Amino acid sequence: MAVLSLDNVVKQYSNHRAVDGVTFDVEEGSIFGLLGPNGAGKTSLIRIITTITAADEGTVMINGEPLNSRHPSQIGYLPEERGLYKKMEVGDQLLFLAQLKGLEKRDAKKKIDFWFERFEITDWWTKKVQELSKGMQQKIQFISTVVHEPKLLILDEPFSGLDPINTNLIKDEIYRLNQEGTSIIFSTHRMEQVEEVCEDIVLINQGRVVLNGKVNDIKETYKENIFRIGYKGSKPSLSSNKYSVISQSNDDITIQMTAEMGSNELLNDLIRQGVDIDSYNEIKPTINEIFIKKVGETNE
Amino acid sequence: MNNILLILQREFWTRVKSKSFLLTTFLAPIGIVVFYAALFFIMSRGSDNVKNLAVIDNAGIVDQSETKRNNLTLSYDYSDLETAKEAYLAEKIDGIIELPPISTDVTNYDIVFHSDEQLAIDETSTIERLYSKKVRNFKIQTLGIDQSQLDLIDTDLNVSPKTIKETAKDISSLTSTVSSVLGGIVGFLLFMMVMIYGSQVMRSVSEEKINRIVEVLISSIKPFQLMMGKILGVGSVGLLQVLIWAVLMIVISIVGTSILGISAMDFGGDTAAITEAMTQEGIKLDENVVGVMKELSSINWAMIVPLYIFYFLVGYLTYSALFAAVGSAMGDDIQDAQALTMVATLPMIIAFYIAIAAVTAPHSTMAVWSSILPFFGPVVMPVRLAVDPPMWQIVASVLSSIVTVIALTWLAGRIYRIGILMYGKKASFKELGKWIFYNG
Repeated sequence: MAVLSLDNVVKQYSNHRAVDGVTFDVEEGSIFGLLGPNGAGKTSLIRIITTITAADEGTVMINGEPLNSRHPSQIGYLPEERGLYKKMEVGDQLLFLAQLKGLEKRDAKKKIDFWFERFEITDWWTKKVQELSKGMQQKIQFISTVVHEPKLLILDEPFSGLDPINTNLIKDEIYRLNQEGTSIIFSTHRMEQVEEVCEDIVLINQGRVVLNGKVNDIKETYKENIFRIGYKGSKPSLSSNKYSVISQSNDDITIQMTAEMGSNELLNDLIRQGVDIDSYNEIKPTINEIFIKKVGETNE
Repeated sequence: MNNILLILQREFWTRVKSKSFLLTTFLAPIGIVVFYAALFFIMSRGSDNVKNLAVIDNAGIVDQSETKRNNLTLSYDYSDLETAKEAYLAEKIDGIIELPPISTDVTNYDIVFHSDEQLAIDETSTIERLYSKKVRNFKIQTLGIDQSQLDLIDTDLNVSPKTIKETAKDISSLTSTVSSVLGGIVGFLLFMMVMIYGSQVMRSVSEEKINRIVEVLISSIKPFQLMMGKILGVGSVGLLQVLIWAVLMIVISIVGTSILGISAMDFGGDTAAITEAMTQEGIKLDENVVGVMKELSSINWAMIVPLYIFYFLVGYLTYSALFAAVGSAMGDDIQDAQALTMVATLPMIIAFYIAIAAVTAPHSTMAVWSSILPFFGPVVMPVRLAVDPPMWQIVASVLSSIVTVIALTWLAGRIYRIGILMYGKKASFKELGKWIFYNG
């Protein structure tokens, strides 16, 4: 079942269409990548989902229900531009934000204590935000996003500004929450993170969906029959109209085959020539390459 | 509603707990009292080094038994200017007052002060005051004028109002003065409060926008709730502060009266002048005090006080909504911010000047209409309330204020919800207008 379902969503600003008929589903319990270059309409879309703004056309459903005023308490949103009250104490601030999400004060306190212990920051309650380093502030911001145990978590560039240790800390928490059933929308333009973290993605450019599906399926779809063969000994002489050599060095060769040729056929050719094969891999495109290709296509 | 309350509480407590609140609430009044006390002390100190002066009376008007006035001691031991000058050179005296001969047709009488040192201003006026009465008495006697006739010449003039219809409210000559002063004080307080707390709302809104927490907040609650919570929260802080000041004022005035023998009410005016007037015209002032008290008690407080509170709330809500909208449109560019602030404060300043004019002419066409118009009403009407404006004007003013508050809050909410999400873009007024009609 889809935790979030967008159907033909449109957001029109005075002189441009920020979101132009976007349709996609986010499956319950998945980690979903919302990708797109700067200005593609990601933030506009997130603002619609978080009820900050409303769509001009189309429908947004959460758990099969049209978006309404009860939903914000089920959503956790970490905006790309982080912000906290600088002069407010950390504990009071988290309490306030949790209460805004509908938690009772006592309940909120318990949950904040849980997170404080988890991040080993139990003595931070009375610290003011301005006394904390940027990485520390990010932790607080993360707690404020998840403290009310949202069903849907929207994270906009969650690792920006974090050092590797804190990145791993937050990443582990994201995985843990996902394991416990939280659906996560992960918005970023750092593609290596997308490949590592996401199962499904949607790629948006100029307000439209240009790509949507499972990461593995998309890679399968956009593969170009490129193989890399590692070998020992003398160079194989490959001359066939069924494939072309992309690059060749003393110990490996990269070959692109035509669609009708099977990978075994190439292997047979090589064995027949007596090539001593070390390794044989299909080179699938990275999400980054697909991203650049698709964005380039739609911008033309 | 619950969300508005949460925002209200946060705004209230973070402000009330802050150092600056404690400073402005408790130190500002004490600071003002200390300032005036220091001023009072300074002003009451005149020249205090004793000066020995010789008086050479060629006019024959002095009273030789009078040997001291303030810091001046007067001696009559020298018969002429020359011997007095020798005494001066021998450093026996500090100066010589020479009174030239006088006749009844002298209208400009120059007293000569011989000395190489200058007289202080207060010493000069001591001498002037001392001899002007003497000259006057000399002229009255020489001209043979009867003192009792002379007293009849001076007449105090008063315009005493008297009502014609029997149903009309009894009024005295003091009514309009008391009412206007009261109205003026209330109008001024209202102006100050709205300016101070309205601009706090503006600052708070633009702070949230600049530090970006606003995006987190409005993903939880509606922008309108955030705006209203903020306006009400800051307003509560204002009310609390005023309340504390009122209590402090009473305490200080009680303490002041009992310990120092001066009333806090005197701090506002020129204390020396009041004291002097009191001693000179003791009886008349007492009459006035009684009159003022009578006027104050005849004012229909039961109606006026609730209306004052109403106008305070309505005025604050109207202008703070305007300030909130302006705050939301601000970026971190200070120049833009100043231009926008100007727009929000301009109607308030104009209203304030109309209110000042309404103190002296509460029934002028301008005063009447601006007390009904949006934006101006909450400032101008309180000034007019004490002078009994016709009922229809009060009703019209109350209604128009309510409509203005509702319309403006709605409008401000429309601008606010867009403004707080707009970054890096200069908000022109055309742009603000467009925001009102955006679809959320």
